[in-house]
Amino acid sequence: MAEAETIERLQAMFPGLGISQFRDQTRVLVPVGELYHVLQTLKELLGFDFLVDITCVDYLQYRGARDRFGMVYLLANAETAERITVRCFVNDPDPVVPSVVPLWEGANWLEREVWDLFGIRFRGHPDLRRIVLPEAFTAHPLRKDYPLQGRGERHNFPVIRRGEA
Amino acid sequence: MPLVRSAFSGDLAHDEPQEYLWTLNFGPQHPATHTTLRLVLKLDGERVVDAMPDIGYLHSGFEKLAEHLNYNQYVTVTDRMNYVSPMANNVAWHLAVERLLGIEVPRRCQYLRVIVAELARISDHLLCIGAMGLDTGAFTHFLYAFNPREQINDIFEALCGARFTNSYTRVGGLMHDATDEAIEMIRRFCRRFPEALRDVERMLNRNRIFMERTQGVGVLTREEAINRCCSGPVARASGVTRDLRKDEPYLAYRDFDFHVCCAGGGDSYARYLVRVAEMWESLRIVQQAVENLPPGPISVGPEYRVAVPEKDQVYTTIEGLISHFELVMSNRGFTVPSEECYTATEAPNGELGFYIVGDGSPRAYRARCRPPSFVHFALFPHLIRGHTLSDVVVVLGSLNIIAAELDR
Repeated sequence: MAEAETIERLQAMFPGLGISQFRDQTRVLVPVGELYHVLQTLKELLGFDFLVDITCVDYLQYRGARDRFGMVYLLANAETAERITVRCFVNDPDPVVPSVVPLWEGANWLEREVWDLFGIRFRGHPDLRRIVLPEAFTAHPLRKDYPLQGRGERHNFPVIRRGEA
Repeated sequence: MPLVRSAFSGDLAHDEPQEYLWTLNFGPQHPATHTTLRLVLKLDGERVVDAMPDIGYLHSGFEKLAEHLNYNQYVTVTDRMNYVSPMANNVAWHLAVERLLGIEVPRRCQYLRVIVAELARISDHLLCIGAMGLDTGAFTHFLYAFNPREQINDIFEALCGARFTNSYTRVGGLMHDATDEAIEMIRRFCRRFPEALRDVERMLNRNRIFMERTQGVGVLTREEAINRCCSGPVARASGVTRDLRKDEPYLAYRDFDFHVCCAGGGDSYARYLVRVAEMWESLRIVQQAVENLPPGPISVGPEYRVAVPEKDQVYTTIEGLISHFELVMSNRGFTVPSEECYTATEAPNGELGFYIVGDGSPRAYRARCRPPSFVHFALFPHLIRGHTLSDVVVVLGSLNIIAAELDR
């Protein structure tokens, strides 16, 4: 849970952020244009130096949702154990957010995983390749419109014959 | 040893300076990777110039499965994430679900969950340091570490019937209460384990071969540990004093007296020492918990409408039968708020958290698992650069990479 003072300072610097609480957790909703700047401020000025996780939620079938993808950045303060959640919505046809690898080296693989499974592009990422799925994969399977039945992806893969292996 | 080369042997092909690097494919099927992962190493002689991890061989779509299994069914999948300490994953998953629901489990359940989570931590650390010894040539040490691990598996068997894939927790409680026999087994383990752990320590802590193999290998500084999102023993070995059991006490951790184990070295040896020290602290927690185990129910009451009733109630009372029916039928079940929240626990490997998005249905709309192994394996190229090929297994072992959790 973030301290009230931290939230006040953040609001003073970025007026108009949507701040909500649920089960003692503070969530900040940030427009995609200010995302990098807010994360940088949280890291450098407000002490949230520890990036816990980067993930994404596909709200395609979520009741009442207006946006398609919700990026979720979980931050913590390594000293005081304060936590804050930064959320940001992006939409089709070109879901792209700035990469935070310049801020946290550890974001590299976390962003690659989001790209792999959700197809969100990270602008400025040094090495945006698939990570858990093979390079020949064409879909992003954690999206809600990914079919669970059918022929699957195997027919997309190149066939390796005995002589070429 | 390279032979001293004469000035010119007349053989141009061998006398030209050769600016090439060897590429060594390490894994995915190699005994020293322990699990299914692949490393492409660029070698200059015996020195590792660069390492490129290639993961995904064990990707099984666990997060997609979470969207199609209900909150009680998914616990069987969490067993398969970090299969070295499945109990810790069970506890983490249901703690996250209960936080989303806004319920708190009874005291006895909290204590039992602490006991199994700490036993899982001991079991995980034993495997990690045992395998680290094995990789550096201490086979005896591996067998000494595996003996108490076997006793922990026996305890888990007495608690829930399964030795390996436990699935012990349920939403709002546990599968079964601990029997007196199981409690006695835990007490016996607490009496016998210090001797076994002292043996383990005596064998490696001051072992000259082991120290020379691990000291100064894979050094991670405190700043890098924070910048690269490390948690758990890996971060604590680099001097980050972050332990979620102390910083944001969940379950009943507030009641116990224990220390957070840190080291300053940041190398593989420091990670080994932190793990050994943590086992002593875990043992203290288990001892305190089992001696002060409160009586009472192990599940939240029927008024919450989330906990599956005990089997004898289902078979003998109409209320039990109805509440069981209401929970397990596919079109029934409990409702969760249309909200999202993140809950983290201190798993043996580091911060294991679940970010769950509920949409009112009995299944999670999205359940993200924050896997410590995944974050730690990203460190690997950074840690191994400049070390020798034989250090690869040491660094890999000290990070305790579990591929099932890595790929999910």
